[in-house]
This record gives sequence, structure tokens and C-alpha cells, in this order.
Amino acid sequence: MIEISGVSKSYGSQKVVDNVTATIPAGGITSIIGPNGAGKSTLLSMISRLLPMDAGGVAVGGLDVTSTPSRELSQTMAILRQENQLSVRLSVRDLVGFGRFPHNGGRATAADKIHIDQALDYLDLGPLADRFVDELSGGQRQRAFIAMVLAQDTKYLLLDEPLNNLDMKHSVHMMRTLRKMADELGKTIVLVIHDINFASCYSDNILAMKDGRLIAQGTPAELMHSSVLADVYDIDIRIEEIDGNRIGVYFA
Amino acid sequence: MSLATDKAVPKVSSVRRPISSGTMLALGGAAVLVLAIVSMFVGVSDVSLPALMAGDLHAWHVLWVSRIPRTISVILAGAAVSVAGLIMQLMARNKFVEPSMVGTVESASLGILAVTVLFPAASLFAKMGVASVFAMAGTALFLVILRRMPLRNTLVVPLVGIMLGGVIAAVTTFFAYRFDLLQTLNSWMVGDFSGVIQGRYELLYLVGALTIVGFICADRFTVIGLGEEFTTNLGMNYNRIMTLGLVIVSLISAVVVVSVGAIPFLGLIVPNLVSMFFGDNVRRAIPWVAVFGAAFVLVCDIIGRTIRYPFEIPVGIIVSAVGSLIFLYLLLGRRKKNDH
Repeated sequence: MIEISGVSKSYGSQKVVDNVTATIPAGGITSIIGPNGAGKSTLLSMISRLLPMDAGGVAVGGLDVTSTPSRELSQTMAILRQENQLSVRLSVRDLVGFGRFPHNGGRATAADKIHIDQALDYLDLGPLADRFVDELSGGQRQRAFIAMVLAQDTKYLLLDEPLNNLDMKHSVHMMRTLRKMADELGKTIVLVIHDINFASCYSDNILAMKDGRLIAQGTPAELMHSSVLADVYDIDIRIEEIDGNRIGVYFA
Repeated sequence: MSLATDKAVPKVSSVRRPISSGTMLALGGAAVLVLAIVSMFVGVSDVSLPALMAGDLHAWHVLWVSRIPRTISVILAGAAVSVAGLIMQLMARNKFVEPSMVGTVESASLGILAVTVLFPAASLFAKMGVASVFAMAGTALFLVILRRMPLRNTLVVPLVGIMLGGVIAAVTTFFAYRFDLLQTLNSWMVGDFSGVIQGRYELLYLVGALTIVGFICADRFTVIGLGEEFTTNLGMNYNRIMTLGLVIVSLISAVVVVSVGAIPFLGLIVPNLVSMFFGDNVRRAIPWVAVFGAAFVLVCDIIGRTIRYPFEIPVGIIVSAVGSLIFLYLLLGRRKKNDH
């Protein structure tokens, strides 16, 4: 469980995140949606202690993120930001291996190797394991990063726009993989995501933000309504139910 | 829930490496050894194997006082400056920077100039200390500017470094001119091993030790090369690792400038060449960077001693000439790769 209580962040006079209080249940996928500049990524950064908060507090799995030692947090939650352009030439296996750092402090053991191989396997990266990350396609590279945080073996996975720069096929593949990780491995996954329909089809829980505030929260069935989404995005979004999923139509 | 318990052990994927990297590294080390032996027998004084075998005291004396210290200092400086370049590139997250390009080396020589002017009688060790402090301040300034820079463009980062280095060098030159020390300044800025004799190079063992520290902390430097957020996610203290890198890079630069003078381009070319073949995982790359850096400077030093025999061309000039050609090749090669 992630408990967010009264979290705020300002840049100058601009309030980017404004007194957000929410509870993200353990297990399953929670998506944070909202227009550009709503403060989604900033909130995720504060939850993951990458960014200090001005006010409020966050506890992830009972650990207070401001006071718990970073190393201890890194064994409980992993965060992957959207900016994953490497300036360092690493092989896929080496990159994934760094996910073990919180557990082994750099001295890899046989158990680490098993974790690494399983993470590579889980993301279908076996044949690419010895390639350099900068030689991979965008979809493969994103999978390599997911494999790294998977190897980190944390209960909580925080992903900032994991579909960024992925085409349709790779986006669907990525969401299925995340769903599988939540269902099979019992991970608690929190996503910042732009596509409301991916959020609707794959999440258990959605948080909607606007202007730094949390304005709606609930299951896709509760949240995917024209009236709610009109508040969030300021546009009319028709909702159709297709194969049991609520899909927003906003292209015309 | 642990992954390890959930799934069976998957098959280990095949590794495509014809020769083990350990064997290759041993070959590289052997090459350095051969070059070192060659280096010991190149020079104006007659030091030859027959003379040594015959027990020629003069030959033994030259070997012991001059040739061996020179060879050792070439190896230590070559390896350390290259490793400092690699660490600097990871700290700046940019492949086109190195200590002699971003103000570290310039600051070190400003430091030595300051001691020379204010305390002419200061020992070599004191000079090194002041040079190190100046080098750290200059490097820290560069890193602070980088951190404040909104746009961290691949090309802008080295340009900012070159400008900063230029400003510091200009200040240094101005004061050197005012105090009539331009020639002395030149000896710090152009690396030259001809002055190395016993008793005047031992500080370089310190850079050897720093290189080993770099190797021990290799994984941490790889991680900071992946960025601050990446480092924090893995539970490591970014600022602490950056400080460690700052100290290592500054000390190596300062000691080398004080004892033999700057060796430009070295920290740029060697890590880039190694990266092309072996990637940037520091644990794997550092031994190669050290071996290749030592070999490269040994070759350049031997060339410098033979090309105008019996005169010497400073190694700094040879390294710059060869290095700029390699650098050009790297730049053009990189563009070709990006074009298609």
C-alpha cells in the first residue's frame, strides 16, 4: 500500500502538486492520468523520493520515503523515469544486472545471476542479452529497462510513461507484460500514462489529476464516464463499452 | 514476492566471445611490458643489453636513475590520465569531455603558478596539494554549470568546458606573463618525460593508487553515468559518488601536471576507443583503459625520443598530434553510424 498524505510541490509561485492525499492499494495496476502539466510525473517523483516534497508525506509499504535510508527503499520500490536515453554503452545483461545492486552492493552472486536471467527471460530479452542497449530498437530498449527494475525484485514498481515512444504493437505488448507482472508476480505497479484507454483496459485503479490536484479516483468502471473525463481534460469524450472495456472516443 | 521462487531457472543464453577477455587483457599487459622494455633501451646514453651484461656501471646507473623511473612514470601517467578521462565522461554524462578540456588541468596549473609566485620555496608535495585544491575547485565549477544548464546537448557540454578552461587558462597566462613565468607555465601544459629521474617522479605512485580506487568503485561510476535518478533508484548516494569522482579526477590531473605536465587528448581518445570495442561498463572497461592508455603513451614517448634523435619531442605534442587524428576519425565514424 502507498499512502500519500497532503503532498505539495511548488516551483516558485507555481504550485505543481497541490495537497494530494490518496491511497494506492497493494497489488494490481494503478494508473495516474491527466492532461499535460497536471503534476503526474512530479507526484510520482515525490512518491519515489527522487524529488523532495515541500509538504506532506508518503509511505510505501509502510516505509516513510523521506526518512528511510535510500538503500532500504531501493529494495522495496523501483522507479523508472521516461528519460531513458543512455549515454553509457552497456550490454542488456549488464544493465539488468545493475538492478541487483540494492541487494548485492555490486558483488554479484549466483542468486543474482538467476534473478537476471529470469528478468531477461520474462521480457523475452534472452537472445538480445549480449547486445549493447544503444543498438536496440525503442521497444526493445524499454523492455531492457523494465527487465532491470524487475531484477531489482521490489514489491512496488513505479513507471513514468512506460509507453513513451512505443508504437501500438509495442505499447500493447508492454501493457500485457505489466499486467502479467501484477497478476503472476504480485507486483504493485503505478503508472503515469497518457492514453486513457490503456489505463481503462489494464488498470485496477485510476487516479485523475488536473492542475496539481487529485480530482477523481476509482476503478475504470467508476472513472470512465464522459462527465468525469470532461472535468479532467476539458474535452468531450464519448464512452463506448467494447468487449467489457470502457473506451473513450475523442478523435473527432 | 520473489522472482527466484516463481520460475524455473532459464537456460543461459549463449555468449559470443571467441577469446576470453581475460586472455586478451593478459596479451595487452604483455604488450605494455614489451613496450616498457623497449622504452628502457631508447635514449642518448648507451644502455644496451650487452653493456648491462658486462656489468657496465654507467649503463646500470642510467637505467636505474633515469630509464626505469621514466618508463614507470609513463605507464602510471598514461594509465591514470586515461582512467581520469573515463571517470570525467561518466560524471558529465558526455563522451567528449576530459580533464584537460573542462578546466581541471587549467585550474591545476593556475594553482601551481600561484604557489610558485607566492611561495617559491614550496616543496613539490605542497605544489601538488595546492594544484589539487585548484583542480577540484575548477572541476566543481564545471559540474555546477552543467547542473544549472537547462539543455544538456552533446555538443554544448564540451563547448562549455572548453570555454571555462579557456577562461582559466587566460587568467593563468596573464599572471604567468606578469611574473615572467611563461616558460615555466609551458612546461606544465606540455607533458614531457625527459625530466623524470629518480627522486622526481615518486608522486606518480599516488595516481597509480587512485586508478586502483577507480577500479574498486567501478560500478558506482557506471551508475552515475546513467544519471542521478537512476543512481537514486538503486539506493546509492549520487552526490557522494560525484564527490569521489571529483577528488580522483582532480588529484590525478594535479599530480600529473606537477610531475610531468599535461597530456592532452589522452583522456578523450583512450576511453572512446575502448568503449567502441568493449562498451562502458566501467568494471570491464577500466583495465582496458589503463592498459591502452599506458601503451599509447609509451609508444608516443618512444616516438618522441627517436623521431629527431638525439633530440626529444615532448610527449604532449606527439599525443596531441596522434590524438587529434584519432579524435577526428572517431567524430567522422560516429556520424557515419548515425547517418544510415
